[in-house]
Amino acid sequence: MSLLSVRNVTMKFGGLVAVNDVSFDVEKGEVFALVGPNGAGKSTVFNLISRFYDPFEGEIVFDGENLLDHAPSDIAQLGIARTFQNIELFENATVLQNMLVGRHTHRTSNLLSELFFLPSVRRAEIAHRRAVEDAIDFLNLHAYRDQLIAGLPYGVRKVVEMGRAMAIGPKLLLLDEPASGLSMEETQDVAFWVEDIKKIRGITVLMVEHDMHLVASVSDRVMALADGKRLALGTPQEVQNDPEVIKAYIGAPDDEQEAA
Amino acid sequence: MRVQFKTSYDTDIRLFKDRYQLAWYAVLGATLIALPWLIDVFMLGEITNVLIFAIAGMGLMILVGQTGQASLGHAAFLAVGCYANVILQQRAGLPFVVAFPLAGLISGVLGALIALPMVRLHGIYLAIATLAMSVITEDIIIIAEPLTGGVGGLFAPDISLFGYVINRYGDPAAFYWFTLAVTLFCVWIYRNLLRSPLGRAFAAVRDSEVSAQAMGVNVPKTKAIAFGVSTFITGLSGAILGHYIGVFTPEAFNVLVSIQLLLMIVVGGLGTIHGAFFGALVIALLPTGIGMARDWLAANVGLTTTAIPGLETATFGVILIAFMLFEPMGLYGIWAKMRTYFELFPFYRQGMFVRQKSYLKTERMR
Ligand SMILES: Nc1ncnc2c1ncn2[C@@H]1O[C@H](COP(=O)(O)OP(=O)(O)O)[C@@H](O)[C@H]1O
Ligand SMILES: [Mg+2]
Repeated sequence: MSLLSVRNVTMKFGGLVAVNDVSFDVEKGEVFALVGPNGAGKSTVFNLISRFYDPFEGEIVFDGENLLDHAPSDIAQLGIARTFQNIELFENATVLQNMLVGRHTHRTSNLLSELFFLPSVRRAEIAHRRAVEDAIDFLNLHAYRDQLIAGLPYGVRKVVEMGRAMAIGPKLLLLDEPASGLSMEETQDVAFWVEDIKKIRGITVLMVEHDMHLVASVSDRVMALADGKRLALGTPQEVQNDPEVIKAYIGAPDDEQEAA
Repeated sequence: MRVQFKTSYDTDIRLFKDRYQLAWYAVLGATLIALPWLIDVFMLGEITNVLIFAIAGMGLMILVGQTGQASLGHAAFLAVGCYANVILQQRAGLPFVVAFPLAGLISGVLGALIALPMVRLHGIYLAIATLAMSVITEDIIIIAEPLTGGVGGLFAPDISLFGYVINRYGDPAAFYWFTLAVTLFCVWIYRNLLRSPLGRAFAAVRDSEVSAQAMGVNVPKTKAIAFGVSTFITGLSGAILGHYIGVFTPEAFNVLVSIQLLLMIVVGGLGTIHGAFFGALVIALLPTGIGMARDWLAANVGLTTTAIPGLETATFGVILIAFMLFEPMGLYGIWAKMRTYFELFPFYRQGMFVRQKSYLKTERMR
């Protein structure tokens, strides 16, 4: 059984059909990439999985659970972590605090025990800290641990957001354009991390990315979207050579445009 | 500058960063305890007032500074704490040691319940809803005359702590120490919140509701809890306030008081415990300060200002606008800069606290 299964999902914003009858399955242990021009509906697919929107039609099943039965704040608990295309960090908190929020689904204490900071809360805090330090080690964020997000450069913020998602300890990681706005070296780092996340950590990755070089080097399968519709699905090579995909990216030849 | 070497995760968890910080707060604590022997009775009363405001400020700070939810109705919870405490003692015959915490709890539970339908509102709409709630509370107190004394108000009895009777005027030192103890308790639970998952969830809700949700934080529930903790602390402050002013009417908790509380924490510095105390110092001592300035002007310059109505409000307004323009971090911001200046002396440079501009959030969802 697939880890994530998106079936005939349609999403409309007013008259605009942002996602049009899209289906795909993400298998356990793979890196699955979503590509397509701007406005194709890629982020909307992520937001549907995060349950920020109710789909107009269709079904999303994760690990045997129908996601549509769950509230947005249950999604992390089920094992899905995500990053945002436009970085949504907690600006007035430190890197460490941001990543510790990622441990929220592992919270064992309640209001009273926290107000009095009982020994059990202290022990749990140290365990959370260990998990977060593990992500800090993995992503090399040591130098920024105690800095406020508000003062960090763009590239570092992207990495912190990935770290926060990893701190959840997810089964599925959704990365929305993890390399956009990054330098060549930073993009290379992202490629290594995605590879390690899959191979060493055994986390399945679903990612939206424009950098075709990065997509080709890390993903097992790719799905191309345009205008909310699925154009092609297959290995990176297959999708890159698909005539429909080439048409969507480069635009239809002149004569066809006239015919349409 | 002191460099701190962290050797265990506990370093970031414990209440005091290092021995120096512990020593500073020990000195401050000792001074506060010894205060009745150091200053006269009038000033001691003023400082007690500062502490009462600081407790209310911490309560509001948890909501506004920590969780990012506006409230223009917190005076209502001062009222709930104040009336509940006195009514529980006089009508239900409960001893103070039971009535006092119970008054805080009633205020807290009420705050959380009232918040439930309001937590989906944002910014100005939430502010208006809380304002309306504050007005309604005032009306309810007036209508419930048999219980609350209506517009006539109520008398607060003397505090009786395990048989030891504390009258605000008869025993100002004991009254001050009691207030100090409650203040320290509130600082302690506030600090505990900040180092626990819930405190981080508050910050998450404040800074980005979407990603808080994606991290598994139940946003409406977290806001309601923030309201509850906030109004619990504010209720405690109200209960002490009742004993402090002795006689109170619904007038003592009108909308202006709510606004004053909000301005107080803005001037003090949003998002910090220090801010609640700095703000309380300003707001509680401002009338006394202005009075002293008036006397001085009358005596030395021959200028009489008693004829100018609303001078306090105006002065406070000017201070507030000045802070908004020049120091959005409030008094705490000034204090933090001074501290850094001395720690780094002579290497402090201008622009050290300038933050990088946030990136555009075009796709931001609410
Ligand atoms: N919350 C929203 N309200 C209205 N329209 C939206 C919303 N989110 C996305 N859209 C529209 O849906 C389409 C797909 O957007 P999106 O999924 O962000 O594309 P991308 O593939 O670039 O991530 C766009 O036309 C966008 O304007
Ligand atoms: Mg997008």
